[in-house]
Amino acid sequence: MNIRKIKDLLIKIISSIVTIIMAIPLLWIILDVLIKGISIISLEFLTSLPAPIGEGGGIANAIIGTLIINTMACIIGIPLGIATGVYLSEYSDNSKFSILLRNIIYTLSGVPSIILGIFAFSIIVIRIGHYTAIAAAFALSIIIIPIIAKATEEGMKAVPIEIREGAIALGLPKWIITIKIILGVAKNSVITSSLLAFARISGETAPLLFTALFSNYWPRSLNEPMASLQVLIYNYAMSGFEAWVTKAWGASLLLLLLVLSINILIRRYLR
Amino acid sequence: MNNKFFFLEKLFKLILKIATLIIIIIFILMFISLIERSIPSFLKNGIYILIGTTWDVYNEIFGGAPAILATLFSSIIAVLFALPISLFIAIFYTEYCPLRIRQLISEVISLLAAIPSVIYGIWGLWTISPLIKIYIQEPIIAYIGFIPIFSGPAYGLSIFLASLILIIMIVPIISSLTIDIFSKTPITLREGIIALGATKWEVVKYIVIPFSKGGIFAATILGLGRALGETMAVTMVIGNAYVWPFKSISIFSPATTITSKIASEFPESVVNLIHSSSLISLAFILLIISISINFLADLILKKFTGGKL
Repeated sequence: MNIRKIKDLLIKIISSIVTIIMAIPLLWIILDVLIKGISIISLEFLTSLPAPIGEGGGIANAIIGTLIINTMACIIGIPLGIATGVYLSEYSDNSKFSILLRNIIYTLSGVPSIILGIFAFSIIVIRIGHYTAIAAAFALSIIIIPIIAKATEEGMKAVPIEIREGAIALGLPKWIITIKIILGVAKNSVITSSLLAFARISGETAPLLFTALFSNYWPRSLNEPMASLQVLIYNYAMSGFEAWVTKAWGASLLLLLLVLSINILIRRYLR
Repeated sequence: MNNKFFFLEKLFKLILKIATLIIIIIFILMFISLIERSIPSFLKNGIYILIGTTWDVYNEIFGGAPAILATLFSSIIAVLFALPISLFIAIFYTEYCPLRIRQLISEVISLLAAIPSVIYGIWGLWTISPLIKIYIQEPIIAYIGFIPIFSGPAYGLSIFLASLILIIMIVPIISSLTIDIFSKTPITLREGIIALGATKWEVVKYIVIPFSKGGIFAATILGLGRALGETMAVTMVIGNAYVWPFKSISIFSPATTITSKIASEFPESVVNLIHSSSLISLAFILLIISISINFLADLILKKFTGGKL
């Protein structure tokens, strides 16, 4: 074997080893969370409120809180994202407005989420005078908007020109073509990206620390502090009390199941 | 009939325009509110917020240099290690791996990217940190601890651990982008050099990497942006002490980044205007760094490939 072949073989071996090594953290995290989290999972854990250390209790309000905050964020973010995507794909030109919008969407996707939390704190929490789930939903919706906008725009751009021409030939007005036909074809990528956005914000913690904060009670109103799995994991893991750390692992298991199952669902069935 | 259609067309366009205007307003408002809340800090601290090394809430002295340096250091280290790892993964994916394993690799990458950062945090804090302390920090300190950057004591929680967790979090981002870029290499260039008898490594070295240079650089910068803004995992494993790099330059010292400082101090800072304002001015500095970095990545991509990732 000459030196070139040996080099090639060497790179092949190194790159395969590196790739295998990458899978280790994934397996490790999943197994770790599974092993440490599964023992705490019980009906009580899933259905009751947090209790003082050593008294059992559960995380039901955090599960519900995460779902409520995420849903609110989606209600704000998804329509705005779709509208922006439609605008960028069908109505934008080379005007300054379109270029500005495009740059803003791109920039927003790179803004650290902790900054969105501070922003929501500054314009909502400070004004209202107390922590509120609404501010959390607002912060998370800003994470959603660029994801949906980009996916919508790309989904619509992929619509074959023949379909557009056919629709135009029928004499339909542009807005009907856009909504019924093009958005109809792009539907899949909109749904996929919405699910992805939901999974993504389910893992966001930093923005919640300054907005929804936490609560030990059932959510009663949207305009009050609200528990979430993410903040619960952070608080309990950092508390150092073994009983609470175990609960944090249990909550991590639920959160991981939620996030990974959405991701697997998308990869397996929707793409 | 025609008028009604004309009206609805206008209405539809108006709705879209309003939605996009809302987004632009939100974006501008974000800047205004961050600047507005940073002003008290800039007036009080001046340039000290950038270069000062002391953070003393009681005496209202707020220097951000350790936080800024730790942020830059941990992110740059993370990217320096994540880049070669990602390149090897991308080379394996595009050149050597059997087709049926590709699906598996891309699945692993996307799941790694999807794991919430707070879970990386709890894993780093309770599983990795004790192992690092016993098996890496203590032996290194015992043998070469006389070198200041490896000096003790071993806390487990350290800027070293934060960088390590960041590497794991950044690899999926850079490698998935790099795989995308590698697969865009024109097949004709590939075929040409293969026809000349090149090995797969030579294809990568002479065709794929030169062709993808710009894209790789942009992907790296996007990964850097992620690392700079990463909050939860870093906050949970970095130790949150204002020690590094002025009181100790050891990579095993606990440290504080911009994001970890904000996450751990912000809720209690609201009672002191200058304190909260100083934290927000650090956030503003972080925002400026992140935006410049994204802008740079975008510029490079436009120059090399004419598009966004």
